[in-house]
Amino acid sequence: MTQAEIKLCSLLLQEHFGEIVEKIGVHLIRTGSQPLRVIAHDTGTSLDQVKKALCVLIQHNLVIYQVHKRGVVEYEAQCSRVLRMLRYPRYIYTAKTLYSDTGELIVEELLLNGKMTMSAVVKKVADRLTETMEDGKTMDYSEVSNTFVRLADTHFVQRCPWVPVTENSDPGPPPPAPILIISEKDMYLVPKLSLIGKGKRRRSSDEDAAGEPKAKRPKHGTDNKEPIPDDGIYWQANLDRFHQHFRDQAIVSAVANRMDQIFRSLPVGYNISKQVLDQYLTLLADDPLEFVGKSGDSGGGMYVINLHKALGSLATATLESVVQERFGSRCARIFRLVLQKKHLEQKQVEDFAMIPAKEAKDMLYKMLSENFISLQEIPKTPDHAPSRTFYLYTVNILSAARMLLHRCYKSIANLIERRQFETKENKRLLEKSQRVEAIIASMQATGAEDAQLQEIEEMITAPERQQLETLKRNVNKLDASEIQVDETIFLLESYIESTMKRQ
Amino acid sequence: MAGNKGRGRAAYTFNIEAVGFGRGEKLPDVVLKPPPLFPDTDYKPVPLKAGEGEEYMLALKQELRETMKRMPYYLETPEEKQDIERYSKRYMKVYKEEWIPDWRRLPREMMPRKKCKKAGPKSQKAKATGKGASLTNTADVLKKIEELEKRGDGEKSDEENEEKEGSKEKNKEGDDDEDDDAAEQEEYDEEEQEEENDYINSYFEDGDDFGADSDDNMDEATY
Repeated sequence: MTQAEIKLCSLLLQEHFGEIVEKIGVHLIRTGSQPLRVIAHDTGTSLDQVKKALCVLIQHNLVIYQVHKRGVVEYEAQCSRVLRMLRYPRYIYTAKTLYSDTGELIVEELLLNGKMTMSAVVKKVADRLTETMEDGKTMDYSEVSNTFVRLADTHFVQRCPWVPVTENSDPGPPPPAPILIISEKDMYLVPKLSLIGKGKRRRSSDEDAAGEPKAKRPKHGTDNKEPIPDDGIYWQANLDRFHQHFRDQAIVSAVANRMDQIFRSLPVGYNISKQVLDQYLTLLADDPLEFVGKSGDSGGGMYVINLHKALGSLATATLESVVQERFGSRCARIFRLVLQKKHLEQKQVEDFAMIPAKEAKDMLYKMLSENFISLQEIPKTPDHAPSRTFYLYTVNILSAARMLLHRCYKSIANLIERRQFETKENKRLLEKSQRVEAIIASMQATGAEDAQLQEIEEMITAPERQQLETLKRNVNKLDASEIQVDETIFLLESYIESTMKRQ
Repeated sequence: MAGNKGRGRAAYTFNIEAVGFGRGEKLPDVVLKPPPLFPDTDYKPVPLKAGEGEEYMLALKQELRETMKRMPYYLETPEEKQDIERYSKRYMKVYKEEWIPDWRRLPREMMPRKKCKKAGPKSQKAKATGKGASLTNTADVLKKIEELEKRGDGEKSDEENEEKEGSKEKNKEGDDDEDDDAAEQEEYDEEEQEEENDYINSYFEDGDDFGADSDDNMDEATY
């Protein structure tokens, strides 16, 4: 794991789970697999806290355990899974577009809690949806169940590995840790439950919320005295399935853009007849993007979507775009040229790009120094003498993609740090504003006059309001940037993964 | 390859023009300090994508961040002792739901060790549910085994171990319905336990175990 990735993991863990979990998580990412006591010793944390942290990390599928010989259990962190936390908003939003609010909340609960039983999810989601409905209306469990089943059928949620049910034939002492198993055929098997019920509204706790001291924790779980029918059967979000969807979306939208361009150059005809469709497909197949390939003529021609090439095109487009935005359009022209011609000499670049020599050299070296372009040496003589060697500029897409990916991780880490800095700088003001809002809310609930409300609102001065506005705007921008950089990360990672699989 | 350097005159081994500047041309000054932290960029960044989806995801992201902080998975760092103990702090603690992991899915060493055994109301509650075995027993048994192992006692402890292993195995089966109840009793935070107990903590001193006293007696007996 690169330093940039570790740094990003550290920021993510700390934001979501606090410093203790961050310390343990980062330690495991750095050092690899370790047993409990070594972790405690190396991090200088108490055993109790390490256990709590590990429980949280395991619950969220960020750490796995393995039993080694002599009964020693070792814990290993999954760095790439930690990085997925950046993508949670996208997973949830996708679920919303596919399965509307119910689907959205199901996926959100699963992501927030790591793993849950189906009955727990259904109940929680029904409660949440009921809160948003009009008075008197409730969400039925069956509707939520149905959506859950659909999500399972389309593999967006899957079962977690489970403890196998063994008869008590094992006479020896129980193992130090349960061995969890997983079987393909059962992974999306929904247990036969008859969940009957409706969502409940939280009793309006406006009176309770404000000042009631809760010195003792109320016993939770007093609501459900019934046994859990699907106890032990846990579900998690299937991130790979979401990734498949994103990839398909990316390709479709890229093709759609292409189709738009082609369509505009063709005579307008709204009824797409079979012939025209055939034309379209042929165009796509001939298109240099190479998304669609024609394989054979059986059945009038079989068309195949070449996924790897598609991902490669997307990655290349990303690289081109970055070069254009960072170095200018002339640099981008050179970049595209080298990409197209694979290998070019200095002189050839100047000629083809029609850019004066000095500028061309300057641009090439700039791109070279940032590793978008690399040099390929081709010696003419066995002694590799520089005066008798060809130096060719080339773009190695895989290594350029890796370089860009690394920069993306750094970028997001910077974005997060800046956002935390901005928030910290204005902490006092934020707290004041929150207090004022709370006061206003409670006053409104008890029916205060407008004049009184206005008085409270004026506790925040105009320049302070301005400051808050600016802060909000900046934080929004930083957050939105994080989300967008993650899109690029997804594209690049998909391409790199696809390439590595073929090797 | 050591080429012949002409007497005193530098002769390049490669075509100097290919590098990009001619002989004797003025080169840029040597850079004596690290590049600036925030260099000026010639090209301004492209504006962010703005659309319904993006806005929704932004709102989601910020909400998730807040929600995460309130979940039981967010482990607060224990605060350092403050100069003045503020009375109000005690009553403004944020209410956090408790989370008990499913111990069946975790290595045994994950379970927290408790210093004082909870007698009385809690175990009565377990019996009241009508089932014979309960996970609280299992937890205590596990804890005892580990403690005994630590002491490295003689044969007596081994016997006890086997006994307890046997009962534990029995307990593990068909235990599903117990999970919730037992889980409730097995409170994660020791501080909270102390508050909810009616028992005076000084009854049990550190290092002592409720059932351990009998063990000590037995050990002495074997001498």
